[in-house]
Amino acid sequence: MTRRLLLLLLPIGFMGVAFFLYQGLGLDPSHRDTALMARDFPEFEATTLRDEERQVDQTLLTGDVTLVNVWGEWCPACKQEMPQLLELADNGIRMVGINYRDTREKGLEFLHEFGDPFEVNIFDPEGSLGFDLGVYGAPETFLVDAGGVIRYHHKGYVSPEDVRERILPEVEKWR
Amino acid sequence: MLIKMIPEIGHFALVIALLMAVIQAVMPLAGAATRRPLWMAYGHPMATGQFFFVAIAYLCLTASYMLDDFSVANVANNSNSLLPWYYKFSAVWGNHEGSVLLWSLMLAGWGYAASVFSGDLPRDMVARVQGIMGMVCVGFLLFILMTSNPFERLLPNMPQDGADLNPLLQDFGLIVHPPMLYMGYVGFSVVFAFAIAALLGGRLDAAWTRWARPWTNAAWACLTVGIALGSWWAYYELGWGGWWFWDPVENASLLPWLTGTALVHSLAVTEKRGSFKSWTVLLAISTFSLSLLGTFLVRSGVLTSVHAFANDPSRGFFILMLLTITVTLSLLVFALRAPRVSHKVGFNLLSRDSLLLINNVLLVIMTVTVLLGTVYPLILDSLGLGKISVGPPYFNALFVPLTVVTCVFMGLGPVARWKSMEAGELWRKLWLAGAVSLVLGGLMPLLYGGEWNLWVALGIISALWVVLPIVRDLFDKTRHASSFVAGLRKLSLSYWGMVLGHVGVAVTIVGVAVVSNYNIERNVRMSPGTTVEVAGYQFTMTELTNRRGPNFLADTSVIHVQRGETGRSFVMRPEKRLYLATGMPMTQVALRPGLFRDLYVAMGEDLGDGSYAMRVQYKPFVRWLWLGGLLMAFGGILAVLDKRYRRAMSRKKSADAAPTATVQEATT
Amino acid sequence: MALIRMLSVAFVLMFSASVIAGGIEVREFDDPVTEKRYRDLTASMRCPLCENQAIDDSDAPISADMRERVYLLLQDGQSDIEIIDHMVQRFGDYILYNPRLENRTYLLWGLPIGLVVIGFTVVVLMIRARRHASAKALSAEERARLDALINRERSS
Repeated sequence: MTRRLLLLLLPIGFMGVAFFLYQGLGLDPSHRDTALMARDFPEFEATTLRDEERQVDQTLLTGDVTLVNVWGEWCPACKQEMPQLLELADNGIRMVGINYRDTREKGLEFLHEFGDPFEVNIFDPEGSLGFDLGVYGAPETFLVDAGGVIRYHHKGYVSPEDVRERILPEVEKWR
Repeated sequence: MLIKMIPEIGHFALVIALLMAVIQAVMPLAGAATRRPLWMAYGHPMATGQFFFVAIAYLCLTASYMLDDFSVANVANNSNSLLPWYYKFSAVWGNHEGSVLLWSLMLAGWGYAASVFSGDLPRDMVARVQGIMGMVCVGFLLFILMTSNPFERLLPNMPQDGADLNPLLQDFGLIVHPPMLYMGYVGFSVVFAFAIAALLGGRLDAAWTRWARPWTNAAWACLTVGIALGSWWAYYELGWGGWWFWDPVENASLLPWLTGTALVHSLAVTEKRGSFKSWTVLLAISTFSLSLLGTFLVRSGVLTSVHAFANDPSRGFFILMLLTITVTLSLLVFALRAPRVSHKVGFNLLSRDSLLLINNVLLVIMTVTVLLGTVYPLILDSLGLGKISVGPPYFNALFVPLTVVTCVFMGLGPVARWKSMEAGELWRKLWLAGAVSLVLGGLMPLLYGGEWNLWVALGIISALWVVLPIVRDLFDKTRHASSFVAGLRKLSLSYWGMVLGHVGVAVTIVGVAVVSNYNIERNVRMSPGTTVEVAGYQFTMTELTNRRGPNFLADTSVIHVQRGETGRSFVMRPEKRLYLATGMPMTQVALRPGLFRDLYVAMGEDLGDGSYAMRVQYKPFVRWLWLGGLLMAFGGILAVLDKRYRRAMSRKKSADAAPTATVQEATT
Repeated sequence: MALIRMLSVAFVLMFSASVIAGGIEVREFDDPVTEKRYRDLTASMRCPLCENQAIDDSDAPISADMRERVYLLLQDGQSDIEIIDHMVQRFGDYILYNPRLENRTYLLWGLPIGLVVIGFTVVVLMIRARRHASAKALSAEERARLDALINRERSS
């Protein structure tokens, strides 16, 4: 009798495995939180896109809640999400761009054509700041709180729903 | 008119096949339960008809591909009018829908074969096997019709031309690899059906085992070839010279192979000694379940893999349901009907029985390890514990030592006697083999490159230790024959199957050990006139040209290779291709294969000044990997062809013949 | 939703135009040991963008950046552990093909080892049980005598 009961553990055990597999179906394998979550924005020194004389560093991102958007002229999804970013800027949110792996010329052309929601754009032609941020493809958007700590990360295209359902609530939360 | 309707005919044939499968799933089982021969008799005609109609559907899809019917979504997405005919033919299974159809065709084919060759099995047993096969077929046909219809039309907006087959799949390897692999996966469904039928009928006797063995060996041989072909294809097609990456899809094929290997061995014990019965049945269930699990992992998109199919959650859900129902029900049947107190047969620590037990335990540990590593990231993720990756370093760290330990017992197994044997006898038979393996294996790496390497030494010692006791055994077995050759000819085919299977494992181990540790890779800048030396070969780029293929443009570099100063010389032509329809760039490596080394040249980036980055690799013994796989599979086939199974098949059907059948003792 | 899917497809295509034969770069190393370390490190790190590929054979731009960084850190004289930490700090544990031993991975590393122990125990217990099963009716002395008889017959 005990043997039968032990054997019945087999189908029950499998049901457990199947439950995990079922859970797995609802997960997005490509979705990952950034490794920098709840950590200080990395230290950097760079010039700005518009003014190659102006030096900026991580203190640029302290003082107010800031959305940092990593973009490049070569990235189609960056163009698609510009209207949403402009809307966020209109809502009074401080926006800082990182012009990632681009040339000044192309970057400025992009802002001219698609609009410029950014208070300032950090020029990162080699992608070294992007690397320290763990960026592996644009666009990516980071929320940095007033203390310069990364609080939220959005990978890829920001849709109007994302703005409403995720980004605005997060901004409110950390203000 | 009829030509235009081909896709609809195919679709309709699938529906008919499904109806037949339903009847096949219900009637024979009901007949066996209520002892009604008439109901049981539905099994064979339904299995035949179902095979026929699935084959029609398959032919219809192939015809759509051959006729460039781009109104069929599947054809439009995976073919192109410029595609050569043989790739149109193989493109049928180069995508999700088509490959499930191929899978179903094979399932129906195996079901039909099992029904035809059911020789002397009792009628109710045959009926149950047919019924179980019918159920599995219902599952897969429903899967096709509900989530993966290959005959869907793009009307009225049909494209002018197709989107083309993924260039990675335009290759001979793709023509042969998936069908062999599926033959293996699906073949285990027959063994599974035998196991469930035996549980339902409460009949797990020697006749049952003798029936299950050839089917297991056949499926195992197909799976072995399928895996070897897949590894070979990745090696020459992906352009970086790797042959196994522990990718979830590769693991999905390795899992049923491991339990299938365990099953092959435990069936041997069950047939010869009548023990391990429940265990054998459990392995049969596990092997087919792992085939299904593999299908789920590959096609549901829960794991990221380089081989990913176009994923769709509804498909994943359907396969998960199919998997859950199949596994839970069969384990339930197992729990309720497994032989109450299995017939205890005694054996000692030193006996073939106990060695095979250890072999099974090791194979199961390997299976659990691979399964755990494959699904662990998924489990952590669904528990909200973050994303991690489990890759080659983890699997190698655990799998390699387990393989070495397995080899230790593989050396003992073939010379050991059933039931019990004296340590002294074992020692007398094996001390020489052991000493030779240690000395030769320890020295071989020195002879080879001068650079001694522990892993190469361990690999060669293990391989020799697997092979030499078998050689010794061959001499022992032929001692009383008139001559050595005459003695060899007297040995049974299943004995030769074992020999080849084990030698195949040894050959593969040598390949793995040597190529993993003595591989030489150099990345160099080359332009016309540059010469590079790798492992005693001079590689000189003489020319950079370009050419136009049927559906691609290519930059080709012409490289003259010479061995040493005066050795043979030949030309290698690696390419960078741009496929026109997809705009996909591809690296076409140039390969110079050889039994003891491959030369492998891949073309990288254009460095701007008329030179290219090139990767030149020297891969010693890499062919041994797949050669070993082929040997193993050949061994499996020999075992299928053994006389005692053929005799069983040709014997007249009679219910009482089975339990009293004599067991031909061929190997001891 | 469809737009998002379309965009994400475009996005992936953008970055990994092909899945093959990346990482063919010409690098100079001071000594073969460093070269081997470079190979091992790049082979054990996962490209964060691609499907399932190590950075050493992926041609995604991020993999090229990561290889370059590994190379620079090696030239800088950093140890393997320092280099791995450097990368994990930026890209997370996800990039490690060799998961570190920590709370959430105890089971991953422990279960196979535990199974070996359990498997060994089961084999020993089973063999002991079977040995008794064959001669349950006999006393120890009788069994020994029988074994001796059987063995004598066997070896003759």
